[in-house]
Amino acid sequence: MQECRIAAQDLACRRGDRLLFARLGFALGPGEALQLGGANGIGKSSLIRILAGLLAPYAGTVERAGAIALVDERPALDPHLPLGQALAFWQRLDGPADFQAARLGIAALMDIPVRYLSTGQKKRAALARLIGQGAPIWLLDEPLNGLDAKGTALVETLVAEHCTEGGIAVIASHQPFTLAGMTRIELSDFLPSPSGKGLS
Amino acid sequence: MSMLLALLRRDLAQLLLGGRRGGALLPVLFFLAVAMLYPFAVGPDAPVMARTGGGVIWVAALLAAILPLDRLIEPDLELGMFDQWALRGISEELLVSVRVLAHWLSFGPPLMLAALPASALVGIDGQTLWLVELGLLAGTPGLAALGVLVAAITAGLRGGAALGGLMAIPLAVPLLVFGAGSLAIGGESGLGLTAAFSLVLLAITPFAAGAAIRAGRS
Repeated sequence: MQECRIAAQDLACRRGDRLLFARLGFALGPGEALQLGGANGIGKSSLIRILAGLLAPYAGTVERAGAIALVDERPALDPHLPLGQALAFWQRLDGPADFQAARLGIAALMDIPVRYLSTGQKKRAALARLIGQGAPIWLLDEPLNGLDAKGTALVETLVAEHCTEGGIAVIASHQPFTLAGMTRIELSDFLPSPSGKGLS
Repeated sequence: MSMLLALLRRDLAQLLLGGRRGGALLPVLFFLAVAMLYPFAVGPDAPVMARTGGGVIWVAALLAAILPLDRLIEPDLELGMFDQWALRGISEELLVSVRVLAHWLSFGPPLMLAALPASALVGIDGQTLWLVELGLLAGTPGLAALGVLVAAITAGLRGGAALGGLMAIPLAVPLLVFGAGSLAIGGESGLGLTAAFSLVLLAITPFAAGAAIRAGRS
């Protein structure tokens, strides 16, 4: 796995005229994982998008070294195509990596159009796309949503393996996520002070 | 290169076959329906039809080009495809250029083919039909670029599809003026100006539509 690193410094995020969090910072190197916790609407998804470079932070900087893979609530698979073809499109872009369909329990679904899949099956398919991309930095936004107990355990194993291989994982989830050696950041610790002085 | 082919292949499959949202056939049928209605509306007056038929074909082509606006950009934004492409370092400008090409392939040549039966329906002669075909060849790339540009700007807005149509029509007026105008003066100057305006739209669209997609993220 290529050398990777992601570091955030003094991040602040504003949505509309509301400051969600401020002065948030961390640094992750190869093999490290981080869980972002906090209540709904506290800014976990926004933080993930800032880390991915899809959203500009209101203040602060993000340093990234290494390719980034993202799984969020949208599977990014064409709904009318059979799952196999929808995944094959990403394979043509990302290279012919094995996306471990059997392990994810979607090997039997390859001929079924994506729109007929259940929420959990779509999530598993999105994880297949993530694995196939082979990027060292994984950003997972609520990866456990819609998954059953086995699926949850599977995601935890996959992330653990990814970190053992020297990858980085950032997981935004309000659910408990079990992973040895994972640090945890509560976004509620970074609420801006009411007067807005958190920005300085 | 293989990335470009993969993107073009997907865009063409989406726009030609269309998935659930209707494919390339719909604009062509709409175009023919307008051409078919026209003689009913003006009556069987051959000289009037011959004089105005070319213009009607142009108006029908323009309206047909607006039909697929809502499935050019918006579905991929909703799916999160553009975010995934951005993470892979594929620029929005490149994606938009590929999409303009795919959009043109899915409606330009089919409209030019459909103009053959349409010319019989509106009663224009062979010389005018030749000029119409050349005009469409020069003008439809501009219409395709304009369609993608407007789709990118209105994607995600409430009532974006209707708004997109309203935005595209005034911007397409120069194409119509020069394209249909070449029929009246019967010359290459009109065709040249149509092609020139097409080129302007083709040159602007990747940057303007790319910026619109990026701006839509925040």
